[in-house]
Amino acid sequence: MSDHPRDANPNVEDVAPGAIDAEEYTIREGILGYVIGLVLATLLTVVSFYVAKSHQFWQPSVPIALVVLAIAQMGVHLVFFIHITTAPDNTNNILALAFGVLIVTLVVVGSLWIMYNLNHNLMPMDQMMHMQRGL
Amino acid sequence: MSTFEALQYDPYKLGRGYGEGGDGRDYATGHGERGPASARVIVGYGFWIFLLSDIVLFSCFFATFAVLRTATAGGPSGAELFEPWRVAAQTAFLLLSSFACGMAAMATRARSHLWTQAGLFVTGLLGLGFLLLEAQEFATMIVGGNGPDRSAFLSSFFALVGLHGLHVTVGLLWLGTMMAQVYFKGFQTKILGRMLCFNLFWHTLDIIWVAIFTVVYLIGVAP
Repeated sequence: MSDHPRDANPNVEDVAPGAIDAEEYTIREGILGYVIGLVLATLLTVVSFYVAKSHQFWQPSVPIALVVLAIAQMGVHLVFFIHITTAPDNTNNILALAFGVLIVTLVVVGSLWIMYNLNHNLMPMDQMMHMQRGL
Repeated sequence: MSTFEALQYDPYKLGRGYGEGGDGRDYATGHGERGPASARVIVGYGFWIFLLSDIVLFSCFFATFAVLRTATAGGPSGAELFEPWRVAAQTAFLLLSSFACGMAAMATRARSHLWTQAGLFVTGLLGLGFLLLEAQEFATMIVGGNGPDRSAFLSSFFALVGLHGLHVTVGLLWLGTMMAQVYFKGFQTKILGRMLCFNLFWHTLDIIWVAIFTVVYLIGVAP
C-alpha cells in the first residue's frame, strides 16, 4: 500500500484529460508546450507529404514509413495538445486510451487480415460469372 | 453533544475536509482515501471515454476504406481524383485551428475574455476554411460523376471523410455556442468544464485527420 506512488503524495488528484491543472505550470510554459507541439506536428506532416511524393525511396517501404510518421504525429498531439502524461494523476486517462487503441487495432488489423484472406481464397468475380452461366 | 458538535461530527469525512480527523484536504471515503474526484475531472474523463468510443467508430470506417480501397469498379482511383494542394491546405488549416484552440484554452486559464474570444474565433475561421475546401472537393467529385454511387471505393471514401467533416461541422456549431456562453456567462466553473471538453473534441478531430490524410490521401495515392 505505502509503496504505491500515489500514497507518497496524498495530494495527487486525478487530472482531467486535456487539462494542465497543476499549479506549477505558468501560462508561458503552457503556450510553449503548444508551440513545441505545433512545430513537431508540422515537421512530421511535411516529412509525410515529402515521403509520399518523392520517388527516391524504395516504394514498398513508403506505406510503412507513412504509418509510422502518422502514429508519431498522433503521439505528439496526445502529449502536447491533449496533455496525456505518464504521471500517476493520468493513470485513468492512459488506461482508457490503451483500451481504445486495443479495440482500434483489433478492428482495423482484423478486418484487413480477414478480407485479405478472403480475396485470396475466393474465385475472382469474372470466373464466378462464367460458372453461373454454365460456360 | 451540542447541535453544533453534532453537525461537525463526520467520522466518514463525507463533508470532505474539516471533520474529525480531517485536515482540510479533500479526502474521504468512496475513492481510495480521498473521496470522489471533482466534477471537472469526472466530466473530462467521461468525455474522454466518449471520444475514444468515437475513435472506435472511425476505426470501422477506416477498416472499410482500407478493404475497399482498390474496388474502383472501373471508375477513377484516388490518384486521379485527389489534389495534393488541397489536402496540404486542409491539413495546415486543421493543425493551426487545433493550435488556436489550445491558445484559447491558455487564454481561458489566464481569464482573458478578449484573447479567449480571439482564439476561439481563429479556431472557427480555420475550421470553416477546412470545411469549405472539403465541400469544394466533394462537389467537384460529385459533379464529375464520381459521387459515392460510382464505386465501393468512393462509397467508403465519402463515408469516412464525410463522417469527419460532419464532426467538424458539429464542432463549429459547438464552438459558436461556446463563444456565446463565455461572452454572456463568463468563466464560471460549468463553462470552464465545457471549454475543456470542446478542446478535447477539437484536438481529437485533428488526430483523426492525421489518420485520414495518411491513409486516404497519401497511402491511397501511392502507386
